[in-house]
Amino acid sequence: MVAAASTDTVLPSSGGTVLSVLKKPSVIPGFGLTLGFTLTYLGLIVLLPLAALTIKAGGLGWSGFWNAVLTPRVLSAFQVSFGLSLAAAAVNAVFGFIVAWVLVRYRFPGHRIVDALVDLPFALPTAVAGIALSALYAPNGWIGKLLMDWFGLKVAFTPIGIAIALTFIGLPFVVRTVQPILQDLPPEEEEAAASLGASRWQTFSRVVFPALLPALVTGFALAFARAVGEYGSVIFIAGNMPGISEIVPLLIVIKLEQYDYGGAAAVGTMMLVVSFFLLLILNLLQAWMRWRHAR
Amino acid sequence: MSFRYRLSLLAAGLALTVLGAAAATAQDTVLNVSYDPTREFYVEFNQAFAKKWKAETGRSVTVKQSHGGSGKQARSVIDGLDADVVTLALAYDIDAIADSGALAKNWQSRLPNNSSPYTSTIVFLVRKGNPKQIKDWNDLAKPGVQVITPNPKTSGGARWNYLAAWAYALEKNGNDEAKAKQFVADVFKNVPVLDSGARGSTVTFTQREIGDVLLAWENEAFLSLQEFGADKLEIVVPSLSILAEPPVTVVDSVVDRKGTRKIAEAYLQFLYTREGQELAAKHFYRPRQPELATQYAGRFADVKLVTIDQSFGGWRAAQEKHFADGGVFDQIYQKGR
Amino acid sequence: MLAKARGHAPATGDSALVRALMIATALGFLLLFLVLPLASVFVEALRRGVGAYWAALVEPDALAAIQLTLTVAAIAVPMNLVFGIAASWCIAKFDFRGKDLLITLIDLPFSVSPVISGLIYVLLFGLHGLIGPFLKSQGIQIIFAVPGLVLATVFVTFPFVARELIPLMQEQGTEEEEAALVLGASGWQTFWRVTLPNIKWGLMYGVLLCNARAMGEFGAVSVVSGHIRGETNTMPLHVEILYNEYNFVAAFSVASVLALLALVTLVAKAVLEWRFGAELAATRH
Repeated sequence: MVAAASTDTVLPSSGGTVLSVLKKPSVIPGFGLTLGFTLTYLGLIVLLPLAALTIKAGGLGWSGFWNAVLTPRVLSAFQVSFGLSLAAAAVNAVFGFIVAWVLVRYRFPGHRIVDALVDLPFALPTAVAGIALSALYAPNGWIGKLLMDWFGLKVAFTPIGIAIALTFIGLPFVVRTVQPILQDLPPEEEEAAASLGASRWQTFSRVVFPALLPALVTGFALAFARAVGEYGSVIFIAGNMPGISEIVPLLIVIKLEQYDYGGAAAVGTMMLVVSFFLLLILNLLQAWMRWRHAR
Repeated sequence: MSFRYRLSLLAAGLALTVLGAAAATAQDTVLNVSYDPTREFYVEFNQAFAKKWKAETGRSVTVKQSHGGSGKQARSVIDGLDADVVTLALAYDIDAIADSGALAKNWQSRLPNNSSPYTSTIVFLVRKGNPKQIKDWNDLAKPGVQVITPNPKTSGGARWNYLAAWAYALEKNGNDEAKAKQFVADVFKNVPVLDSGARGSTVTFTQREIGDVLLAWENEAFLSLQEFGADKLEIVVPSLSILAEPPVTVVDSVVDRKGTRKIAEAYLQFLYTREGQELAAKHFYRPRQPELATQYAGRFADVKLVTIDQSFGGWRAAQEKHFADGGVFDQIYQKGR
Repeated sequence: MLAKARGHAPATGDSALVRALMIATALGFLLLFLVLPLASVFVEALRRGVGAYWAALVEPDALAAIQLTLTVAAIAVPMNLVFGIAASWCIAKFDFRGKDLLITLIDLPFSVSPVISGLIYVLLFGLHGLIGPFLKSQGIQIIFAVPGLVLATVFVTFPFVARELIPLMQEQGTEEEEAALVLGASGWQTFWRVTLPNIKWGLMYGVLLCNARAMGEFGAVSVVSGHIRGETNTMPLHVEILYNEYNFVAAFSVASVLALLALVTLVAKAVLEWRFGAELAATRH
């Protein structure tokens, strides 16, 4: 790397000696400009404001930070947020997988419309989703009334309502990560398994599913990460009861409204850290599975 | 079109927007930052004020409105929302703005009647015919009754609800705090949904048809009858309630910077005039002017009202004891589970 | 499409029963979670007829909200467009240390709660924030004004264009650019004539997603808006306000415009995928 750097200086606008130690040589110009712009923009828009959050949380001191985060109310909000996000991501993993399978493997009338529709939760504003879902699942809404009459089940303003909103917003992630992998799956493996006498179920569970598992886990993780932070669609349908249906983002808003900036920043920082580590664990898990599958 | 040219276009666009925002505030405008249930009242009041200001000074004025939960609105002002006047749900929220240095600490003594030109109280809204026979606060604690109230942590109105229930329990139990706490805990055990603001709770009760009784501002209860039909809902006045004083004040740091003190003060003074008071009464706030109070006496039920200062030693004490983190409200919710 | 061309042999295909069950499950799930919520928006909006629907949209505050939403998107999307191109250029065309970290940081806003995205700007630009007091003394208002709304929107939509472009440009490699440079083209010429035509569909795709999210963001802008009627209320915020004014028809009317925008986005996206599927395929990993 360092040896190669000496040839770098003759190339156009490679960005000077400091950069040349960092990067491999290339005839393509614009490295300094684009990297510089990227880092500046990233720093100003993302890193500096996030630093403000941790500085504010740090202002509480170590014990103050833990006092703000370890109250029963905050802990139960974390439990609600992470628990329901996991549940929603799990529902999405199951049904998203089925949707992806149906979209890739079968052809039926309206196939293309259904395929396009899957992305609706990406495009539909969360506040609109929130009021629509709460109108739909309230005890006097279209679906809420049926569930109430048939099963005596209350959905809106209970944890189930939150899980439904989180399922809605996480839906595209599983479908869109599984879909391309399923599409590219070579048919030869399945054919080979079938010709060797494996049943359809054996072929699926031993050949197809393991190949899709990393994508499924990725989709699950993405849906989960998105659900944990979700605010707009949830507040309309959550009962907001402390300890039962109060989510972490709402708690941050509540703390802000009580002028507790330090507390809000502390909970926010905690949330960042926890979701970062959860994603990291899931990423490692995924890498491990890919490695195992490759063997 | 080069990359740089595009960048400079973009920068120019940004600059224009910033300038545009600055130019908009340079006009003769006043921003009134208020809480949720006052929207309809201030829409009409602002028009009346603009007409009066025009007649008196020949200048036209636009009063801009911002509404939301009282705490959230105060938070925005503290963070730099350029409010000329604030008209919030409770004095504690304006105290918080004063603590940040944006207005004088003695703000509440600058205008008559604790700086509250109109008052209100907390009443019950029940479904037509009152099927659960809810007459007074003790009915709210009975099993099988569902009570709808916003979250006292985020809603000013909900804090009045909570304190009214507390005051009732103190009176019934000879000032026994432990019993009062138990009573309020029993009431909140019957709450299935805690919306973050007064308006959210009203929607839950009237539109989603959840709950048997809504604890509401008196003016909100009247407005609900108007909006959703007196054939569906009715108002129940409890034996005792709390005198809710929504205060108003000028934000000194903003009006002095913008040079709008005169107009902002005139705006608040106008609330105390006969015209302002009549508009308040029209929107179901209890007017302060004695003769108007008698005129509208038929509309507003005569109910025993306790005050925050007498029963709770003022807002700061009440906030500290009941609503701060780890306060009585938090304890109720931790014990309940 | 591959599946169709390939055609599944009966030995590796699913039985008719499984097939029917799977399709029914998938469609039932999508109906319950996607179609009904979408339909309910339009049903509620048209509850009092077209007249009331139209009246809700041409009301001055609604128009101001629509205008503000378009303005914010018109500033935020090009900013992230320029950033997306710059970031994907340096990440895809060069090898350097710390690249993985850089990609992770670009992805970061995606996993940050919208509430926190708003909060960080309050902590930075608020009157008691880190640089708010200085800006105030210079007469510059960031939060509770358009710049704050733009910043929060830029943060929330930060990774969208870059995420689409990076895998696409990585897939395409650097040979074409190198050839152009060897033949004497300047850096800018290479970019405009060679790279841009290669990535234009992916770019449009990213812009589309970025724009949809920019127009629909609620949580982050809610924290920095100040909710001044007719001035700092974007469409999603206006929906909430109308909802809180018991004006449900109007709330769902404005919501239906946002839903229509979402549908337009989906159609445009489907068309892009259908016509330029091969070029976009690289981004789908």
